[in-house]
Amino acid sequence: MYKYDEYDQSIVDARVDEFRDQVTRRLAGQLTEDQFKPLRLMNGLYLQLHAYMLRVAIPYGTLDSRQMRMLASIAGDYDRDYGHFTTRQNLQFNWIKLEDTPDILAKLATVEMHAIQTSGNCIRNISSDQFAGAAADEVADPRPWAELIRQWSTFHPEFSYLPRKFKICVIAADEDRAAMRLHDIGIQLVMRDGELGARIYVGGGMGRTPMIAPLIRDFVPADDLMSYLEAALRVYNRYGRRDNIYKARIKILVHEIGADEYRRQVEEEFVAVKSLGLDPPAAELARITAMFAPPAFDADAPDRVDRTDPDFAVWLDQNVVAHKQPGHAIVTISLKPAGGIPGDASSTQIDLVADLAERYSFDELRVTHAQNLVLPHVRKADLYAVWEALRDAGLAEANLDLVTDIIACPGLDYCSLANARSIPLAQKIGARFADPARQRNLGELKLKISGCINACGHHHAGHIGILGVDKKGTENYQLSLGGSGAEDVSLGKITGPGFDEDGVVDAIERATDTYVALREPGERFLDTYRRVGMQPFKEAIYG
Amino acid sequence: MRILTGNDLASGDVTWWTGTGWSRHLDDAADVADQGEAIARAEEGARRVNVPYVIDATMTADGPRPAHIKDRIRALGPTVRPDLTLKPADPNAGSWVI
Repeated sequence: MYKYDEYDQSIVDARVDEFRDQVTRRLAGQLTEDQFKPLRLMNGLYLQLHAYMLRVAIPYGTLDSRQMRMLASIAGDYDRDYGHFTTRQNLQFNWIKLEDTPDILAKLATVEMHAIQTSGNCIRNISSDQFAGAAADEVADPRPWAELIRQWSTFHPEFSYLPRKFKICVIAADEDRAAMRLHDIGIQLVMRDGELGARIYVGGGMGRTPMIAPLIRDFVPADDLMSYLEAALRVYNRYGRRDNIYKARIKILVHEIGADEYRRQVEEEFVAVKSLGLDPPAAELARITAMFAPPAFDADAPDRVDRTDPDFAVWLDQNVVAHKQPGHAIVTISLKPAGGIPGDASSTQIDLVADLAERYSFDELRVTHAQNLVLPHVRKADLYAVWEALRDAGLAEANLDLVTDIIACPGLDYCSLANARSIPLAQKIGARFADPARQRNLGELKLKISGCINACGHHHAGHIGILGVDKKGTENYQLSLGGSGAEDVSLGKITGPGFDEDGVVDAIERATDTYVALREPGERFLDTYRRVGMQPFKEAIYG
Repeated sequence: MRILTGNDLASGDVTWWTGTGWSRHLDDAADVADQGEAIARAEEGARRVNVPYVIDATMTADGPRPAHIKDRIRALGPTVRPDLTLKPADPNAGSWVI
């Protein structure tokens, strides 16, 4: 894991001091809310439906037990004893007091954390593959590059006031576990003739105008990557619209001028930027990369796992995947228990997961964009002990990528932007499909719910997506089918008229029944939908 | 009726204008008629409330009830965490929210 150097620490400490002064002035009436709002947002502090909400950055979704325990401690001391893991691999505290915020940020700084770049029109917290450094299919560990981009983007003088927020994702495998092409810039590290480089996609995103990022450059040598990103951002900063918030994202620019013209401008800018010496010296890259060196895996770790306990075996098959190191495995901890709130974890659960990471996973943890947690490096011989501990804490739901592994934004229960509630709907769907055998029979089925058009719940990318809307003051839900945030990326299509809360649950069941009736061997829900099209589903849903 | 709501500046708590001050309880909310904007400006200037705004509501036998679901949820708390609402001991407290 990356460890702050003196510069990182001093930057974060100085920001805490600065914000403490700003809060003092706000409470003393020396700053109006209009003056203070952009300052608090630059420190991740929103005003939500019930209270202030603090969004804490978890860079590329990676953290250690010390950081995780700090999150649990803050949840207990300053919030209501829980936190919410988000689709941006961050964590939100829902009940924060303004007057406590400087102290909270100071505590976060002691464990190399902050809330910078979690709001505002800047380059946001970098996202990545939750299996980075553990997956067998990656060409390199994407985290050193994500860290480099974090350092480059933090307080970047040109890019702190972009036309709109900007999200960058770095992955290094053909399997896309991070919705890479639904980011403003998606970076896939690739090898070409033995040289590491990057495939660059620009102009993806969800929200009210969902778009899949087109390929802008099929290979940028690693030595040029930062200069190329600088050029890509400069073109956006120069020509991105600032007159209309709904047309301000880079996806609109790329769409309106076309990928070819955008590419031409970036290439032209790149020539100028490359002469500025922005790419890091080899020694600096080596310094960062060394901090992500693989842990001291047990070369003699046994590969065999005792599957005698049937409940354990089910969890093993569903939530545990292969690790690049023999004798080890990657464990995904579902934060989607039956009847629970997707992404929520109590301080006790957060502490427990920290303990498990320290004891069984080389002190490493990950947060996934699907609002789950990952222990990336577990010896197979320890899997049963990990499962027992998770089971006792209510964290052993064996539903990864199944219909109840639902992404849901906080929705109208918490969010001031939302039009409809997401969480109760997730709970109703969970109850309808509660039978584990039924879930497994349906197989991989990614269901995603957003409570408004901003699409924090990634509904466009759901095999089944649900968008909550306000219909004359009542909640209404639009259903879409056929989306994917993976390497087979696609945007879902709306089935037709919306439903009330119970109606949409019925509609989902009719859609899954249709899938079961029509599927061919080996087909996932998405595969069947793509083969047969919308019509059979529509007929079943609307009768 | 029209009622005035906002958030407490320091704590962020949802508050309601009572006619003389601010309360955490919707039941204390007073009809501001056409004075809401003026009260909001004065109270925001005095730092007794943050981002106040006026909403439509209906007076019922049990007290004022906001017209829009968003404000009704705001008034009590998340519908999915009754333990965190203003009246966690009362299982019927949220019967009017949805």
